[in-house]
Amino acid sequence: MNTALDSANALNFQCETGNYHTFCPISCVAWLYQKIEDSFFLVIGTKTCGYFLQNAMGVMIFAEPRYAMAELEEGDISAKLNDYEELKRLCLQIQRDRNPSVIVWIGTCTTEIIKMDLEGLAQKLEGEIGIPIVVARANGLDYAFTQGEDTVLASMAQRCPEQVRAEEQETRGGLQALFYGLRSGRKKEEEDFHKHPPLVIFGSVPDPVVTQLTLELKKHGIRVSGWLPAKRYGELPAIEPGTYVVGVNPFLSRTATTLVRRKKAKLITAPFPIGPDGTRAWIEAIARELGIPTQGLAEREAEVWSHPQVQAYLELVRGKSVFFMGDNLLEISLARFLVRCGMTVQEIGIPYLDKRYQAAELALLERTCEEMGVPKPTIVEKPDNYNQIQRIKALQPDLVITGMAHANPLEARGITTKWSVEFTFAQIHGFGNAQALLELVTRPLRRNAALKGLGWERLVREEAPV
Amino acid sequence: MKLAYWMYAGPAHIGTLRVASSFKNVHSIMHAPLGDDYFNVMRSMLERERDFTPVTTSVVDRQVLARGSDEKVIRNIVRKDGEEHPDLIVVTPTCTSSILQEDLHHFVRQAQLASHCDVMLADVNHYRVNELQAADRTLHQIVEFYITKARKQGELNDSPQKTERPSCNILGISSLGFHHAHDLRELKALLRDLDIDLNLVIPQGASVHDLKHLGRAWFNVVPYRELGLMTARYLQEEFGTPSIEITPMGVVETARFIRQIQKILNEQGIPVDYEAYIQEQTLHISQAAWFSRSIDCQNLTGKKAVVFGDATHAAAITKILAREMGIHVVWAGSYCTYDGEWFQAEVGGYCDQVLMTEDHTRVADAIAQAEPAAIFGTQMERHVGKRLRIPCGVISAPIHVQDFPIGYKPFLGYEGANQIVDLIYNSFTLGMEDHLLEIFGGHDTKEAIHKSLSADSDLIWTREAQAELNKVPGFVRGKVKRNTEKFARERGLTEISVEVMYAAKEAFGA
Repeated sequence: MNTALDSANALNFQCETGNYHTFCPISCVAWLYQKIEDSFFLVIGTKTCGYFLQNAMGVMIFAEPRYAMAELEEGDISAKLNDYEELKRLCLQIQRDRNPSVIVWIGTCTTEIIKMDLEGLAQKLEGEIGIPIVVARANGLDYAFTQGEDTVLASMAQRCPEQVRAEEQETRGGLQALFYGLRSGRKKEEEDFHKHPPLVIFGSVPDPVVTQLTLELKKHGIRVSGWLPAKRYGELPAIEPGTYVVGVNPFLSRTATTLVRRKKAKLITAPFPIGPDGTRAWIEAIARELGIPTQGLAEREAEVWSHPQVQAYLELVRGKSVFFMGDNLLEISLARFLVRCGMTVQEIGIPYLDKRYQAAELALLERTCEEMGVPKPTIVEKPDNYNQIQRIKALQPDLVITGMAHANPLEARGITTKWSVEFTFAQIHGFGNAQALLELVTRPLRRNAALKGLGWERLVREEAPV
Repeated sequence: MKLAYWMYAGPAHIGTLRVASSFKNVHSIMHAPLGDDYFNVMRSMLERERDFTPVTTSVVDRQVLARGSDEKVIRNIVRKDGEEHPDLIVVTPTCTSSILQEDLHHFVRQAQLASHCDVMLADVNHYRVNELQAADRTLHQIVEFYITKARKQGELNDSPQKTERPSCNILGISSLGFHHAHDLRELKALLRDLDIDLNLVIPQGASVHDLKHLGRAWFNVVPYRELGLMTARYLQEEFGTPSIEITPMGVVETARFIRQIQKILNEQGIPVDYEAYIQEQTLHISQAAWFSRSIDCQNLTGKKAVVFGDATHAAAITKILAREMGIHVVWAGSYCTYDGEWFQAEVGGYCDQVLMTEDHTRVADAIAQAEPAAIFGTQMERHVGKRLRIPCGVISAPIHVQDFPIGYKPFLGYEGANQIVDLIYNSFTLGMEDHLLEIFGGHDTKEAIHKSLSADSDLIWTREAQAELNKVPGFVRGKVKRNTEKFARERGLTEISVEVMYAAKEAFGA
């Protein structure tokens, strides 16, 4: 494979279909069960799935989690046991012990291979026990890491009501109450917002990020009618034909497709609100679609960049090179942001790239490279980790953003690394989190700068084979 | 189907990979879907391994599912052979891919024809055995493979020459084992003291080419019964090598271990007498026996404790607590349910009850019921203890990043005995301190922070902002509030809304 940077006009796309490592997509349970507070997630899989969950989620298991494994045993695999009766038994137990508003069944590779008809079983059981059961096939045969969230949200999208009943409007809590509801009254609300078709945002982000992005749009008179997912299952946003929808995460292409095809929503294709540049472009794209003029966005972005702490961080990254091994599908957005920060991106590994859903982000990446005068990176889909490590050795990047399996071995060979998984769990969206994002990116650089001069760069005896 | 929240032992392929990747220059190919290769993360993150984990996943995806995996698995084996020149490639499926029921044996045979290295399929039933049993099985399989191979090639006689001086093998030290690296160092020191040479340690750091020399040892040591027993029994059959299955954990068992070595050497015509050494170590060098006799330990007399872990550690710690410290073990248990008979026989005399289960909720209930003064268990019991406010010392796998301490913390031998005493004593005393803090109200400051939220402030927090502030974790709430109010004052604001809060957050970057 050609490892040279492509400085021609177009982005260089490749697909290695290699042997690579990412987390299993069932890991989405880790953040989704916390986000949707009245949910219960049941992962239907083997001991391998369970072992991954308990190790990846560390101590979460000890806090009375609202997730569990339905562990398939030999009798289930050989179809000696009746799937329906088995799942019914477990779900009744969950209903009795935890009383959730929704049970989300997470299908795994195993349920795919034994062709368990989860959707059919769920429909029947839902009627019998009287609790919604959402089915998501978050399996590693078809998806990588964060795409697990995509499978859950795509499934939930189909459950969004067309309209919120009037009486229900009053009882809804969360955002509705906070910004438009109960206290401020109708009149004030009308003054604050332009009249525009309903807008729903999809993607799971922590509540403070929901608040910040909602407020940011409110500054331009744009009203967010709901988020998918909401804090409670009962508060799924209403989506009627013609409702505008926009994503905050770059790994939600199925959810986008589902909203467009099944709910007849209008998708706003925008770069993602990661970094001040992305956030500005995201708001601009929304405003443009809704026909609403924005005010002071350029100043807002400039204000974030000129913050003294941000400036101090930029000093550290400017002119440095970065290599993404590929893990969580945030790679294109992060690369675009880092180019804007003055870095050169050597390679963007990514498990899967939906060029249509990420079209605006790819265009912004391209434009950013041109404006910053740096070569456009090679984008490698389904990379081969072994080949990547050879390329890293040749290119000697200043920073490698990588999954956890490779971080320590690279550090031991003098390569500065940051775990990609941290970007999945940290708050990185919106203008307000630019500092947090740069704090993460620069931490390994600052740490290794602190150790500089000690001569502790190479901590393996000889160049051991990879 | 069973509802599961937590498991003590991992799936079978983890055991296979632990053994295979412990050997020098052995590579594993996992035939598995994306995400099943979490083992690599565990090696890199828990054990802080500096080298790339010698495990490659031959990714099973939708395409492979449709076309069959033979071509891809074989290609990956041959490719790895060319790239890294390993001595051996071990192929393993996971629970998931094993149900594809592909003829992996056939793929391995095919790949063998095109590879320079040996290629082997780990022979494990992924639904019937767990991590520990699979590890034991894989170690046996690899050893048997190389001994059979050496015999076939005429490199090994029927009864191989023993080493000139008394020597032994240590079986079962492996990657991602509970304090294994430190235990090995301690065992080596002990053997040096006894003037016994080390023939081979397997699998950690061993080369498969050396396995044919296993028969040269005078005896085998199996410190942990979870990993190595099958191999020890095989070597006994194959070469007549006796093995010691006593775990030298605690002062008494360490002495018993040494006496067993003495017996074996005496039988083979070496007149050693280690009694003086045992005496010297027990009474004057090691601090553990002296601690047991000291006034400090008197306070532990009759205190109630419970023990849970793998068979090796739970049994050994139970004996130490009851026999060496006079602590009352209400119950002792293990998740190695397949080894129940042995466990019962070992600890039956040292505790009131025995609990064999893989269900952590049963363990938690048993702890709550017993109301012990301290727990000695796994990470799971530590967390149960936190909830019940009972101190817990961690004495067994499942492993956790804390089980890979930087400093020297063995569990075996005389230094191990010292470390265990510290662990036990600190568990109880910390419990006592906690109790005293409670009595004197030493650490109840949560209320105070909360109260100052609305009181004595010239600024008005809107209800929404107040609600948002309450969402901020307690330990930084005070800082967020101070920063927000400072920000508001600087701008002459009198009311703090959610917008002001986030503007302040941005300005302070907190």
